[in-house]
Amino acid sequence: MEKTTLFDKIWDSHVVKSVPAGPDVFFIDKHFIHEVTSPVAFLNLEKRGIGVKYPEKTIATPDHNVPTVDQDQTIKDKLSRMQVERLRENCKKYGIELHDLGSAHHGIVHVIGPELGVTQPGMTIVCGDSHTSTHGAFGAIAFGIGTSEVEMVLATQCIMQSKAKKMRISVEGELGKGVTSKDIILYIIAKISAAGATGYFVEYAGSAIRNLSMEARMTICNMSIEMGARGGLIAPDETTFNYLEGKRYTPKGEEWDKALAYWKTLKTDEGAVFDKEYHYDAADIEPMITYGTNPGMGIKVVGNIPTTEGMEGSNKTSYLKSLDYMGFAPGESVEGKQVDYVFVGSCTNGRIEDIRSVAEFVKGKRKADNITAWIVPGSREVEKQAHAEGLVKILEDAGFELRQPGCSACLAMNDDKIPSGKLAVSTSNRNFEGRQGPGARTMLASPLTVAAVAITGRVTDPREVFAN
Amino acid sequence: MAYDKFTVLRSTAVPLPTENVDTDQIIPARFLKATEREGFGDNLFRDWRYDVEGNPKKDFVLNDSTYSGKILISGRNFGSGSSREHAVWAIYDYGFRCVVSSFFADIFKNNCLNIGVLPVTVSAEFADKLFAAVQADPATEIEVSIPEQRITLLSTGESESFDINEYKKDNMQNGFDDIDYLLNMSSEIDAFAASK
Repeated sequence: MEKTTLFDKIWDSHVVKSVPAGPDVFFIDKHFIHEVTSPVAFLNLEKRGIGVKYPEKTIATPDHNVPTVDQDQTIKDKLSRMQVERLRENCKKYGIELHDLGSAHHGIVHVIGPELGVTQPGMTIVCGDSHTSTHGAFGAIAFGIGTSEVEMVLATQCIMQSKAKKMRISVEGELGKGVTSKDIILYIIAKISAAGATGYFVEYAGSAIRNLSMEARMTICNMSIEMGARGGLIAPDETTFNYLEGKRYTPKGEEWDKALAYWKTLKTDEGAVFDKEYHYDAADIEPMITYGTNPGMGIKVVGNIPTTEGMEGSNKTSYLKSLDYMGFAPGESVEGKQVDYVFVGSCTNGRIEDIRSVAEFVKGKRKADNITAWIVPGSREVEKQAHAEGLVKILEDAGFELRQPGCSACLAMNDDKIPSGKLAVSTSNRNFEGRQGPGARTMLASPLTVAAVAITGRVTDPREVFAN
Repeated sequence: MAYDKFTVLRSTAVPLPTENVDTDQIIPARFLKATEREGFGDNLFRDWRYDVEGNPKKDFVLNDSTYSGKILISGRNFGSGSSREHAVWAIYDYGFRCVVSSFFADIFKNNCLNIGVLPVTVSAEFADKLFAAVQADPATEIEVSIPEQRITLLSTGESESFDINEYKKDNMQNGFDDIDYLLNMSSEIDAFAASK
């Protein structure tokens, strides 16, 4: 029998038809929608005079533009309010399940999907958001799509895409103290570049990956897109099954046993061939931080920004343009740079484990005076748990401002903007120019590193604070 | 929705040699708040094109009247980051029908083909030739032919072929989109869904 990868098994079982000399007609099991990339799709359905084929396969929540204060009140920003209202109207009209602002399961779409158990192994999942790759942590094929494709899924439950090439990235061994899954993924992206996995779907493997919790695996898969990959996934195992058991939408009783038996078959056959493979040693990975304007521009916190040696032409010009935006110079160290803002949140690091690790770190300490510290839970469920565990009190005592769930300062569509010129160290996923607000400068790091920065007010390796 | 047919395009071009141009630069998130697909061209490359007061930045290529045309030539890894189709809407709405680069991000490329903007991937050497020719003479014309799958620098006759699958090629030339195709196979999809 042919040896196949996990990606092959899921992809091939969802192809309705292969168009000759064209893409596959690819069936989608679950579709998430939010307020920003769905309104034009619904509008086009109306123009075509067609409806939603399988409304029960789509789940909605407003997350991108929503305010993170006073969520019980009418949204002040008119355009944001219109988008959220349009989402409500569309969900009502077509019978789509909506987790609205203020409801028990409201939150960032990639946080609530797994929390509700909607996300399950072997599924195909899409959303008009590139961080849909997060759901790959459960052994699902999950990726971001454009609004035309949102319309296709609503209308036909299918999209037309060519199968990606296959890449495996293996990380073996034990992670050092103070090193997290965020550091693993920032390390990988720095190694293979922001475009290094374009055209590929990545499977993450190896003992260091298997030892991670589901939250930590989601952080890794979430950032697959930051190296250009269509998506990333991890074979499901006991950690996955334990996380899913008893969740609202996971199968129960006999159905659970049946599902489990199937999920256990979801792994890459020994000897299956990938188009590309990378191997890394967990022991080589240290706390990471980005210094430029794409996620591939990362170094260890105690490292130096690369010099322009060996660069030429537009490559060098683009590199210097990026450093100029950041206000950094080639060859210099980033450690000790004064920081203005820290942000803990987003679909990358806005889960309970992330908030817990920040709280443990800052417990009994106080943020530096020059720091404004925002912490934004990924969902209402995370917020509730943070309160229940006493984490909110710890964080507030340390000078953090806890806000309500949403995408928030990750992409600054709402009022949570880093002011122009200010430097933020953030647990989010993108350090693009202006991403956190026009003129804002962003350095990406793990929740632990962000916690250390909050305390010292400067770019700091979290292991130094441990030592003290 | 269906778009204008695209067969052969002959036009001057706008050069943007910057690498890793992400979709947040093409259209910043704060301009994604529309509920209709209108007016995105005004905010194309907003923060590179205008200062905080809204005055045009003289050094940005879209503000340089020397350059115009329906073709945008860009640096490597164009369209990375967010899946926002609004980025392509902004490019289309501004007046471009073709983007040329030596490397495109995946989702962006798909989004282009879905709304009738042709992404043409060329070799790094050919991209350099195009940049040099257009920068030396902004009146330089480039021809992009879908039937021939070929891009030609008309001043010198140098050309290169490009990839596009037969299905998308047919769609672009007829102004069809994927939904037309998918709606026609509704019963096959139903049968597939029932078998799962």
